[in-house]
Amino acid sequence: MTDILTAIVVLANYVFIPAIAYGSQLALGALGVTLIYGILRFSNFAHGDTMAFGAMVTILVTWLFQSWGISLGPLPTALLAIPFGIAATAILLLVTDRLVYRFYRQQKAAPVILVIVSMGVMFVMNGLVRFIIGPNDQRFADGERFIISAKDFKIMTGLKEGLAFKTTQGITIVTAVIVVIVLFWFLNRTRTGKSMRAFSDNEDLALLSGINPDRVVMVTWIIVAALAATAGALYGLDKSFKPFIYLQLLLPIFAAAVVGGLGNPVGAIAGGFVIAFSEVLITYPLKKVLKYLLPEHLEPTTLVQLLSTDYKFAVSFSILIIVLLFRPTGLFKGKSV
Amino acid sequence: MRKLLLATTAVVLTAGFASAEDIKIGVILGFTGPIESLTPDMADGAELAMAEATASGALLGGSTVISVRADSTCIDSGAATAAAERLITSDGIKGIMGADCSGVTSAILSNVALANGMVMISPSATSPGLSTAEDNGLFFRTAPSDARQGVVMTEVLMEEGIKEVAVTYTNNDYGKGLADSFQAAFEAAGGTVTINAAHEDGKADYSAEVGALAAAGGDRLVVAGYVDQGGSGVVRAALDSGAFDTFHFPDGMISAKLVENFGSEIDGSTGQVPGTNSEGAGIFATMATAAGFDGTSPFAAESYDAAALIMLAMQAAGSSDPAVYKDHVMSVANAPGLTINPGQLGLALQAVAAGIAINYDGATAVELIGSGESAGNYKQVQYSDGAQVTVKYR
Repeated sequence: MTDILTAIVVLANYVFIPAIAYGSQLALGALGVTLIYGILRFSNFAHGDTMAFGAMVTILVTWLFQSWGISLGPLPTALLAIPFGIAATAILLLVTDRLVYRFYRQQKAAPVILVIVSMGVMFVMNGLVRFIIGPNDQRFADGERFIISAKDFKIMTGLKEGLAFKTTQGITIVTAVIVVIVLFWFLNRTRTGKSMRAFSDNEDLALLSGINPDRVVMVTWIIVAALAATAGALYGLDKSFKPFIYLQLLLPIFAAAVVGGLGNPVGAIAGGFVIAFSEVLITYPLKKVLKYLLPEHLEPTTLVQLLSTDYKFAVSFSILIIVLLFRPTGLFKGKSV
Repeated sequence: MRKLLLATTAVVLTAGFASAEDIKIGVILGFTGPIESLTPDMADGAELAMAEATASGALLGGSTVISVRADSTCIDSGAATAAAERLITSDGIKGIMGADCSGVTSAILSNVALANGMVMISPSATSPGLSTAEDNGLFFRTAPSDARQGVVMTEVLMEEGIKEVAVTYTNNDYGKGLADSFQAAFEAAGGTVTINAAHEDGKADYSAEVGALAAAGGDRLVVAGYVDQGGSGVVRAALDSGAFDTFHFPDGMISAKLVENFGSEIDGSTGQVPGTNSEGAGIFATMATAAGFDGTSPFAAESYDAAALIMLAMQAAGSSDPAVYKDHVMSVANAPGLTINPGQLGLALQAVAAGIAINYDGATAVELIGSGESAGNYKQVQYSDGAQVTVKYR
């Protein structure tokens, strides 16, 4: 019996907890991508660097708070700074829209042109972030590191394996749940949210019924800024902040959005978790788990690993391709890509 | 008047060639990149030797040595090759103190140094592959090959009673070479390497890599990586998930930054870094402090020795031409002869000029073996109470 428990603890420690936290971060990122796709009708490649910008502002404000001696006790100070990150990101996105995207929208440019435009924006934003904070690792986490650390867990339960649950993982999951609830309430219950969905479903009909397109676009960018800054700051807090990391994050985020169905918020969340769990599960060697589950003579001598961890990104790529081949609209009915 | 000017200029020029000259030596190190926290002290070490030789006025009839720094980036072979090319063609250097990381060092050696007949003495490239690389007698290193480090690591771990370890290495020439030579030595000594897996530098999250290492198990995790890069990331993830409590760190990880990053979390871990407790090491540390840098920083002493060897070989050859002085590097570095410590470069230069044989010991008890690499002295360190403690020298 303890063996089965230990096996579950090992799986939880190395697979479930990291995958849920990672999945939440991907889901928040994919929600931003999917909203832009649904309402503004293009794939925003600059999303990763928008996250980096939001995280960067959050870090700078966190450092300011830390120098003033403001803290949240056991919680990281960065939580206080996230609203400032959101505000700055919203301003950045609205200025970008005014300077760049609006021109192409008025031209009724094809989505593929907007995609290329967003790539240009991506490089500019990436440069901006590296220019302001530098290309290096930045650490800004403070407060209590663990809700429960591996050592404490071992002492508490007497099991042979530990279970670590970091504060940042807990915060990531809780924040993601809150953000998703608020977003869905906004989209389904408020007047502005409904007009956004109408705009997404049928632009001409929405315009005929008197919805102000400029307002819809503005609200979309502000929501996207909130999602991106929160996702970026949480990712940086949980892992580490480095401007280039967010560029690498773009692939799993897009994979998540496409797998779920582009333009469908529920799909983005599901897609985030599908990608996170497949990345972690496929590259996790089951040797230790099986050691506890199987009788001694059946104990595996190899690692029982499907793919080496080097191929983590290949997993998101493969899922992306399989979904595009067999179900272009994604798991939940989104728009065809 | 004009003729007179021309004539005097010509005289000055010929005089310059006959005796004293300005000798430029390239210092190619990764001032940006994964070991950027180590390279400033390394460059200062090399330049300290150059300043000393210049001040003595004894080098090739009072020549001045000028250091020209260039960035190897440690990881980008293209950038490193271009930097070395620039030093040779536009700065006109007479020797290279560098490069630092094994990958860029072999790139510079095969693409630039061989083609231009330039002498290279690397203070820190430790890949075993460089021992057998084609070098036309142009390449030397004051750092030992990792084949030797693998043996030393094995001895340290065996004495600690550790028989089973997991190994992770940074995915490049240095990491792979070290991990493989360690695995060979450790298994030959009766130990077990449960897994020998690579990690990529520059990622945010190493929990998947650590998951694999933890699944394989082991008493200790050997991290053959870089402290400013993935190495620290792996250690962080391993500590967070409770996969490993103690580690073993080879030279790329030993740095003040490691203690700064992890403090007492890595108590009980061990490591080793090239170093010696010879008389020269102490003298060098004092000289470095006086010059305003940390002489105990990894490879700072090796850098001093590398620069010193280039200049002593020039003196022995009576020429700053790499094609001539390359044959004298081994003889000034090894016995027999007058033993030379750091701070005695002036004396050594005079002795060589007078035809007396010298045995340069320098800051790291230099002894070049084989194709021109340091025999290897290591400092064994341990971490306790959040500080790095030197255990002994091997």
